[in-house]
Amino acid sequence: MPVVGSALDPRVADHDAPTAGLGLRPPHYADAADAAAPGLWFEVHSENYMVDGGPRLAWLETIRTRHPLSLHGVGLSLGGDADPDSDHLARLNRLVQRFEPFVVSEHLAWSSWNGVYRPDLLPVPRSPEALQRAVANIQRTQDTIKRTLLVENPSHYLEIAGHEYGEIEFMTELCRRTGCRLLLDVNNVYVSANNLGFDANAYIDAFPSRYVAELHLAGHSADPNLGDALLIDSHDAPVCAAVWQLYARLVARIGPRPTLIERDDDLPAFDILLAERNRADHLMQAPANLG
Amino acid sequence: MTQSLSAFQEAFAQALQLGAAHDSAVAALAAQPGFAVYRNTVTKGCVDALVANYPAVARLVGDEWFRVSAAVFIGQSPPRCPMLVDYGATFPDFLATFAPAAELPYLPDVALLDRFWTEAHIASDQTPVAAAAIAKVELHELGRTVLRPHASARWKWFADQPIFSLWRCNREDANTDALRTLVWRGEGALLVRPDATVEAIELSAGGCAFIDACGAGAQLASASLAALDVEHDIDLSALMAQLLQVGAFGEMHR
Repeated sequence: MPVVGSALDPRVADHDAPTAGLGLRPPHYADAADAAAPGLWFEVHSENYMVDGGPRLAWLETIRTRHPLSLHGVGLSLGGDADPDSDHLARLNRLVQRFEPFVVSEHLAWSSWNGVYRPDLLPVPRSPEALQRAVANIQRTQDTIKRTLLVENPSHYLEIAGHEYGEIEFMTELCRRTGCRLLLDVNNVYVSANNLGFDANAYIDAFPSRYVAELHLAGHSADPNLGDALLIDSHDAPVCAAVWQLYARLVARIGPRPTLIERDDDLPAFDILLAERNRADHLMQAPANLG
Repeated sequence: MTQSLSAFQEAFAQALQLGAAHDSAVAALAAQPGFAVYRNTVTKGCVDALVANYPAVARLVGDEWFRVSAAVFIGQSPPRCPMLVDYGATFPDFLATFAPAAELPYLPDVALLDRFWTEAHIASDQTPVAAAAIAKVELHELGRTVLRPHASARWKWFADQPIFSLWRCNREDANTDALRTLVWRGEGALLVRPDATVEAIELSAGGCAFIDACGAGAQLASASLAALDVEHDIDLSALMAQLLQVGAFGEMHR
């Protein structure tokens, strides 16, 4: 089993150990640089920083000197039946070398196919062929960036007939075969359980603790036509009560893990996000205190 | 799963684009209500990227018109890579051929300035040539000096329409008062990001000819002649001062 480095990069030793973090968006650059909560870290979408120069990279440099950083990719298409784009991997590698993130993550999904990029995380049928392909793509990525990759569970909107593996089984196999680790998005579990009609608690209870290196929390919205029957992982709202409950249940079982509040749309003031982040921080230390 | 992964992806991509798939398994997926979430997310991602990259165009034409034109453009030129900050480089060319845009003849060039802004914003960093560095050049050497435009500099002369004013009034400051006193004449524009912020200034025909020549590697003497050629009464020292102040040059050779 090839293990490439550790999931947590030791070079973050110059900061507090990362506890709860925030997704970083440009309107909050200055607030993020000045924020001083112990253990606070930031996560960015890698693709937004694959540029030659300019203020984005300069801000990331500033924030990186003050807080641990995570690079979260949306464009590698790990679940697609094609090698990861070598230019894209090279760009990711440059970011990893320059910013020394404490974790690097991607999704079990695909978005590029036949030369067209679709800005979404499209579903993968869990077959032996898909497993083999995802294993090869993860290995290729880890070999390039010389780091352990974290792979995130997707949000589901479709009943795909003929999955040959359960999702947890599939993701566990990825870890066994590549040494990668998992980013468990608790909101994705909640949304998927709602949409596909499975038990979110059972999923959370069955998720393999030893492979979990990061957690995501986010808000979702109801489909404008179908309402709560179809929830959309929209990252445009606060984390809901039921997702907080799932989170508390999870950390009570597996212990604290670096946890991110993900917010990409309808961005509130930084302090509001920081308060949400502080809630995750407190819960992580004392999950029984969910109030 | 009897279907191969690539066949699944092929059919899924087709269903996203066309709303139907030849493959029966994927056609059944596309018939589920949840399929629209993927289709809407893909469309929204592309349209949002174009709105972000073409704010002056979006403001000029309004939300509905923009969405219609964006949908046609996305169908013809979908994103090729995941860096959406760079998506839509050919949108100005598309607008020039998009029939409903014919009654807005300034639209493609306004779009071009939005594109210049994006290119300047993400271009390589470079320390601009300071005015003080030029001041140190001996007068008799000045004519043989070469000034290279800054790595982020983008400029163009628009002979027939006040593109710079139209663009600026519809960009961040959205100053529509200035449009009331707009004079319908040719205007040039230079966008450059000497440090963190993209700067934009109006340039005359001669100013554009001057920096065109600098971009082609001409010495200042011949760049000056190029400027005088198109604008015989141009104030070259005022032009130089303005270009140096905005940080338009990235390299100086003697």
